[in-house]
Amino acid sequence: MTIGKKFLTTVAGTLLASSSLIGSAAFAEQTQLNALFMAQAAYSEQDIEQMTDAFEKANPGIEVKMEFVPYESLHDKIVLSHSASDGYDVVLFDVIWPAEFARFGLLSDVSDKINSTTKDHILEGAWTTVEYDGKYYGMPWIVDTKYLFYNEKMLNEAGISKAPVTWAELAEQAKIIKDKGIVEYPLVWSWSQSEAVICDYATLLSAMGGEFLDKDKGPAFQKGGGLAALEYMVDSIKLGLTNPNSREYSEEDVRRTFSSGQAAFAVNWTYMYNLANDPKESAVAGHVRISPAPGVANISQASAVNGSMGLGIPSNSKNKDVAWKYIQHLTSQPVQEDFAKLSLPIWKESYDNPAIAQGQEELLKAAKVGLAAMYPRPTKASYQEMSSVLQVAIQKALLEDQSPSEALDAAAATISDLE
Amino acid sequence: MIRHSKTQTCLIYGSALILALLLLLPVLWLFIMSISSTRDLTSLPLAWIPTEASFGNYRDLVSNLDSSAAQSFLYALRNSLIVALCATGLSLLASIPAAYSLSRLPGKRRRGLLFAAIVTFMMPPVAIVLPLYSLMATLGLLNSHFALIAIYCGILVPFTTWLLKSNFDAIPMDLDEAPIIDGANRLQVIWHITLPIAKPAVGAAALMAVLMAWDEFFYALLFTNDIRAKTLPVAIADFAAGRVADYGLISAAGIMATIPPVLLAYFLQKSLVSGLMSGSVKG
Amino acid sequence: MIRFSRTATAWLLLTPMMTIIIGVVGYPLIKTVYYSFTAAHLAAPGTTDSWIGLKNYIKALGNSQFLDSISNTSYFVCVSVSAEIILGVLVALLLNQKFHGRTLLRALLILPLALPTVVNAMMWRLIYAPDFGALNALLTQIGLIESYRSWLGDPDLALSMVAIADVWKNFPLVALITLAALQSISKDLIEAATLDGASAWQRFWNVVFPAILAPVSVALVLRTIEAFKVFDIVYVMTRGGPADSTKTVSFHVYQEAFAYMRIGSGASYALIVVLISSFLIATYMWLLKKQGNTA
Repeated sequence: MTIGKKFLTTVAGTLLASSSLIGSAAFAEQTQLNALFMAQAAYSEQDIEQMTDAFEKANPGIEVKMEFVPYESLHDKIVLSHSASDGYDVVLFDVIWPAEFARFGLLSDVSDKINSTTKDHILEGAWTTVEYDGKYYGMPWIVDTKYLFYNEKMLNEAGISKAPVTWAELAEQAKIIKDKGIVEYPLVWSWSQSEAVICDYATLLSAMGGEFLDKDKGPAFQKGGGLAALEYMVDSIKLGLTNPNSREYSEEDVRRTFSSGQAAFAVNWTYMYNLANDPKESAVAGHVRISPAPGVANISQASAVNGSMGLGIPSNSKNKDVAWKYIQHLTSQPVQEDFAKLSLPIWKESYDNPAIAQGQEELLKAAKVGLAAMYPRPTKASYQEMSSVLQVAIQKALLEDQSPSEALDAAAATISDLE
Repeated sequence: MIRHSKTQTCLIYGSALILALLLLLPVLWLFIMSISSTRDLTSLPLAWIPTEASFGNYRDLVSNLDSSAAQSFLYALRNSLIVALCATGLSLLASIPAAYSLSRLPGKRRRGLLFAAIVTFMMPPVAIVLPLYSLMATLGLLNSHFALIAIYCGILVPFTTWLLKSNFDAIPMDLDEAPIIDGANRLQVIWHITLPIAKPAVGAAALMAVLMAWDEFFYALLFTNDIRAKTLPVAIADFAAGRVADYGLISAAGIMATIPPVLLAYFLQKSLVSGLMSGSVKG
Repeated sequence: MIRFSRTATAWLLLTPMMTIIIGVVGYPLIKTVYYSFTAAHLAAPGTTDSWIGLKNYIKALGNSQFLDSISNTSYFVCVSVSAEIILGVLVALLLNQKFHGRTLLRALLILPLALPTVVNAMMWRLIYAPDFGALNALLTQIGLIESYRSWLGDPDLALSMVAIADVWKNFPLVALITLAALQSISKDLIEAATLDGASAWQRFWNVVFPAILAPVSVALVLRTIEAFKVFDIVYVMTRGGPADSTKTVSFHVYQEAFAYMRIGSGASYALIVVLISSFLIATYMWLLKKQGNTA
């Protein structure tokens, strides 16, 4: 029975692919799409399920099987499924992967499917997520960056009336809050050995005017702003401002710590705003405010890292046209506007839509600044390896095994040897 | 009989109590987490006893078929059952005649072959996983039950052969000779003479095999990618990493994945112990 | 009906087993050796033929991350296996005494053994959680530590904490094996020793110890071989962090081959691991043979 079904799916897929010129959808019957998403941050599983339900209702005969894996497994799953004859048809991919995926032909080039009107209506920062070497490998879907969240009640108790606009101010305010005994560790971050720590580091690096790579693609993070960023992180732990558990936290741990009232400040993605203000999920609902991540006097107004993600079609998918239809549905303006609570739309116009702003004016205000300031992580085919070398170096400094400059110098030496 | 002094008795009961707590508490806590609300689990000081116990997490995992958590859990349960049972069945089919042959029939390289089997069983998986991956990819078998069943057979067959061989050794040879003289072939002898006697040993081997296949993670992680073939350990690992904020749900999934092997092991406690013994003590 | 000679029958009966072992283990192993001399890449077809000689091995032996992962693995093996043996033997000695509830306690030993490894890893990760974990709560409430601390986030501690989780799951195995050996010691022997005025320690050393030495040493080597493969528990608990302090060799090979897609160099790492394991396996075989000769 399964074999029969598989056979039909294959036939339908082949027919569909060959008949795509005629544009007939009749063959789409019995098509099953396999889609890969991640199970944390950004859209919730329920959101994606609802979006998909709507798609299936509008397109009878198409069934979408969704798979949710943790972010940490996402890259390896895409790579591993590349050799499967029954792989995915739609995958969610991170902004840092297109270089590698393009080099090894893991994702389909969809440049010809994107017309110039679409291009004009979507945020420029979002496009960089799916573009590599002038080609597009999918549609941007989640446009995201790290923001500064703060617990207004705690700030008021400490007599602070204005949220920090520079990182130095943030440290000062955290010191006041700690000294007044309002909370033991005012700051919480996601600094576990994972991509999350690189995102926080990149935010600071951009604020302090640093660079990951110089013009010749050689490492440059070990000096200037890159070094200052790590020194800032290490100092905040040494001074007892940052929760030392941050070194083993991922984004969800940050949310839990902040939502249970154990931190005054947190750096996290968009999705935390509405969840931390939801009384069912949070003990500090109503006190949570958001602002762009701070800047540094004379260097930057605000800081942000490009943490966006796109939806692409693996090159071995047998249902590319149906897959594209599904991607178009998920990334369409109406769908994104309907689900604009945990992740903001990629569409420029949405940001002027009062219905979107309602109840989250502050998030949109922060997003306008943050999304414009998004700093990219390096585009490099060996990014995964570079990132893990850097993760270890940053952790060694955070754990005070090595000084920040020692750790970064060692990482730079290793990274300059990578292709 | 040696009688214990009072101090000795106290010491024995004291250590027995500590041991019991050591064995039970972690699992008990896992169960408590699975019925507690997130509120209780994130309160300080920690609420050891839930303010209100709820089996909602279990309900979410088995009944709410529209949710992706339930879907991935139930499919994984199905996949684990299929893979573990098929791999065990096939392994026994291959290892029973092999064990018989190694135990009964002449052959100079017999012992060498048995040792080779043990070595393959102990080989670290990384030694063979790369070509297996490419092979399965070429055959179009990635993300299928078949791939996992085949690989698990490779792990289980040497193990079950070894286990059974040492048990067959204990059965007197004379029993075989009479039917052979009467014209029966070896397969008939195995079926009618050896297996009925070795039933407990075969049961033990099957049990150990099911437990091993149920527990396997490394190959399952690499060779499956979605609900069509993903087994429980991989599904649990995905749950645990992705939903760090939802302790209750991941605990419930853990408890449910534990129930089948624990029940199996308890019902067949005797065979388990004898399996462990003959497997690890005899050559 | 055709009748085969005894030798032919012997080989025929072995065929299914041999087919499976050669197909699933033998052939891939040879292929791994071949890959280790190439620049094979997971997603680039054709690279499996790019012969590069010993380059992978030279790089592997000079790679400090790999060498660190070997020392991490060795530490994990030493700590977890020695704890499992000590705890296992002590528990077996306890269960060999007569007391109420002994059967129940022995049944409880099965629980960790049957609990899936991944669930075990997840359970301990939740118990070790720095903020809302049960371990911190318990230790502060009974006054053993003053304030909450990090268990898996401290590089000096993380690997030992992972080892503890492994010990909890596997010491019952050692206990059950030892217990069976203890129960095969004849009661008369012990009683005779007691009547001769032997102290408890002398009884253990002269009667009990020789009887359990063989099975315990087999269990020791078996556990060593198993512990050396450790992957799942690390994958679920720490993913190698913090600062790579819990990265084991299996995890390193996984990363090299499937995250960085370098199958060729991954194969060379894998074979170095095989070499070390072979040494352990040879020890095991030697023990088995020795026992086979005495039994």
